Amino acid sequence: MASDIGALSAAAAAAAIADGGLARDELFEHYRARAAADQLNAFTWVAEAEPGAVDGPLGGVPLAVKDLFCTEGIPSQAGSKILAGYCPPYTATAVANLEAAGAPLLGKTNQDEFAMGSSNENSAYGPVLNPWDHGRVPGGSSGGSAAAVAGGLAPWALGTDTGGSIRQPAALCGIVGLKPTYGAVSRYGMIAFASSLDSAGPLTRDVTDAALCYRHLVGRDSADATSVAFPEPIEIPSSERLDGVKLAVPTALVEGEGIEPGVRASFEAALETARGLGATIISCEIPSAPYALSAYYVIAPAEASSNLSRFDGVRYGLRVEQAHLDEMYTETRHDGFGAEVKRRILIGTYALSSGYYDAYYGRAQRVRTVVAQDLASIFEQADLIVTPTSPTVAFGLGERTADPLSMYLSDLFTIPMSLAGTPAISIPSGLSEGLPVGLQICGPAFSENRILSAAHALEQAIGFDGSVTWGSD
Amino acid sequence: MAGPELEPVIGLEIHVQLRTATKMFCGCALGFGEPPNTRTCPVCLGLPGALPVANAEAIHYGLMIGMALESELAPISTFHRKNYFYPDLPKGYQISQFDLPLCSGGKLGEVNIHRVHIEEDAAKLNHAGASGRIEGADSSIVDFNRGGTPLAEIVTEPELGSAEQAGEWLRLLRTTLRTLGVSDVNMEEGSLRCDANISLRPVGTDQLGTKTELKNMNSFRFIERGIRAEVDRQRAIIEAGETVTQETLHFDPKSESITSLRSKEEAHDYRYFPEPDLPPVMITGEMLARASAALPELPAARELRYIEALSLSPESARLFAWRAELADYFDAVCAADKSLDRQLAANWVTELQGRLGEEEAEDSKVTAAALAQLAAMVASSQINQGGAKQVLDQLVAAGGDPAAIVADQGLEAVGGADELAPIVAAALEANPELTERLRGGDMKPIGVIIGEVMKQTRGRADGKEVTALVREQLGLS
Repeated sequence: MASDIGALSAAAAAAAIADGGLARDELFEHYRARAAADQLNAFTWVAEAEPGAVDGPLGGVPLAVKDLFCTEGIPSQAGSKILAGYCPPYTATAVANLEAAGAPLLGKTNQDEFAMGSSNENSAYGPVLNPWDHGRVPGGSSGGSAAAVAGGLAPWALGTDTGGSIRQPAALCGIVGLKPTYGAVSRYGMIAFASSLDSAGPLTRDVTDAALCYRHLVGRDSADATSVAFPEPIEIPSSERLDGVKLAVPTALVEGEGIEPGVRASFEAALETARGLGATIISCEIPSAPYALSAYYVIAPAEASSNLSRFDGVRYGLRVEQAHLDEMYTETRHDGFGAEVKRRILIGTYALSSGYYDAYYGRAQRVRTVVAQDLASIFEQADLIVTPTSPTVAFGLGERTADPLSMYLSDLFTIPMSLAGTPAISIPSGLSEGLPVGLQICGPAFSENRILSAAHALEQAIGFDGSVTWGSD
Repeated sequence: MAGPELEPVIGLEIHVQLRTATKMFCGCALGFGEPPNTRTCPVCLGLPGALPVANAEAIHYGLMIGMALESELAPISTFHRKNYFYPDLPKGYQISQFDLPLCSGGKLGEVNIHRVHIEEDAAKLNHAGASGRIEGADSSIVDFNRGGTPLAEIVTEPELGSAEQAGEWLRLLRTTLRTLGVSDVNMEEGSLRCDANISLRPVGTDQLGTKTELKNMNSFRFIERGIRAEVDRQRAIIEAGETVTQETLHFDPKSESITSLRSKEEAHDYRYFPEPDLPPVMITGEMLARASAALPELPAARELRYIEALSLSPESARLFAWRAELADYFDAVCAADKSLDRQLAANWVTELQGRLGEEEAEDSKVTAAALAQLAAMVASSQINQGGAKQVLDQLVAAGGDPAAIVADQGLEAVGGADELAPIVAAALEANPELTERLRGGDMKPIGVIIGEVMKQTRGRADGKEVTALVREQLGLS
């Protein structure tokens, strides 16, 4: 049975357990053994045994969790040396919700340090390899989660998305990644990067699995003041048509420079498929899009510079002992943080400094408001916005590490939705030069059902086959 | 070279710990001397991933304070992060308020209020070693029980003109907060803490000079002493032709010395920005109605009631109204004997407080019932003023029952012609020269005669009665 187990989607595995065709512990052990033999460096911690049965609608399907989430008594290091060996005394609400719904914790996945990166090369625990090509990055920052799912090391995984950190690695690894409406999923216990942007969401093999996982993730949490109750139940999508659905394409954005021809070709093919399913394609503009990236790279580092202040060596994590307090702070943070984290702390600290606040943080927040307005006005004429998820397919390890700006461009298409707090999914639209290309489908706040439904119809029609990587690692 | 006459300009910043059931942003109970770090959770320890949730009761208390201080209450109030590194600040920032405080403006007594905002308290640091400060400490340990306690920061306009006025006004504020029931307002325990901004300017001008901020004054006495010391220091600097440096100062109550904590150049850039973890607080009509309904009688109203309903003198009315403990004690004295003249009761409460200094009357050995009894004995002339003061001294020292003390020590007033007349006659007889002058209409020697009678009666006679008997016995009309 073992080889067949790996072919099951999470939903199919849950159904097989429910009807007695598959044993929970057999399923867990299949993935546990594969995760323990991980050749992708996708995991930073793997469970030694099934943590105990919790009956629930997720049927015992094991879950890989990005290391940014706190898990009680289990290392939660956020990809950082400063949290090496840190085991929190509590579990994040998002993880606890999925565990309570019946998904046991399989392992913790590698990531860019504090979720800052688009390649997973900014991890203190080494880079993650893309299962499609071990010489390439899996994307980031949820690179470990994406690689684990694409590589068949986990049936599904939890990730976080601040500027594209679920969608971009999902695209580069040929899987599905959903970034929710801001506030729909509790952030309690998610180690904060940029509080006003951080969202937790699923990375899965297909759209059905994403919906199944997501319906147990949403909900108001009294421990997160920014969380809200989802206004309707999350449906398991079944639609195979897009009749009457209006899709808007931000023409200037997707025809801009820096987009690989193969990515553009795959995107155009996906639009053709959508037309074939009955969708209407219209052209739109996001006039503020050229400024969105800049605004993001002020707001996110500004919040991060404050959020990361707690890593001071006083209470937990790394401490470099020194005779004087200021030196202890300096040396601890010098040794504990990687280069990209330091870069963003510097940018953020500068942006919030007295005398610069209005010019940077204040202005960036105004851009953010305009981006949200631009998207809202598009949604008055269209049901959904579609773009490629990433301008490129997976790039080579080390290819962009020397040039942060080129790395930041990876998030060109994903950042406007992060700034607006609106939901978006990435699904595979095909291959370019043998590597997966992602299609991003975005809607207004709380339109996840609409997004999942359209994504399901397109997924069925596109027929992307990701199974080539499930058995190889 | 005498420069222009200088006057102090003082503004106060008061931090008040709010007496809510739980901390400002988490569900931990407030600390009250428990073993260190037992009132903590991931939120108030600043653990990774933890998030704050604002305490609705602290907002309610903040609104009550704003109403009592006649502030303008914000319809929408936001929290900001104040960023700096210190071991007592577990997140590396304090959640405070910046440009949209809960309360703006207002007035208490004669002093205008600048603003009132809500924030969280820092943890408590204990430094081992001789310095008592983090610099030079052998080690420092942090107790997070206090961390996250809700605080209201009340800032006055710079309008106080002296250390005494600052102390008196602070008592009024303390009474107001105590009456509201929002805080223990105990300076020694740190639930009321006061910093002062101090500058000097030439009398008659309205420009503000360079100010210094004086911290760490943890009693009313230290506040007045600290401000006085800083005013003297600044005056000496200006009179020497030099300029005051803007800096934060530390007052050491033991040595009464003032040392610099940091200069303007070393001041933190707090990088305030809106707290993204907390949505803005919307102040609803319901919240305002609840705060308004919770307001008790405030000092100004109590002062007016004492004057109008109880016919107290304005001085007594203000003294009590500005010092709620004393007013409560006065009320208890009146309640113990409803027939007692209220002003007489007030005078004896004042007399008692004068003997107690910083101690509160209700904490003394003198019960309200005992003081009421003593005042009633004076009213009915069972004891005179002098005797009553002796009894009060003994009550303050050891407590007890006034009637019993009077009986034990024979302090009853010597009164009535029968008892006093022979003593007066003897005193006149013993001083023939003075008696002649009195007979001739020169009343100056009467004091000597009264003194003689007092000596004979051990102070138990009434001066007025003695005078009347002298006139009677000498045939003066």
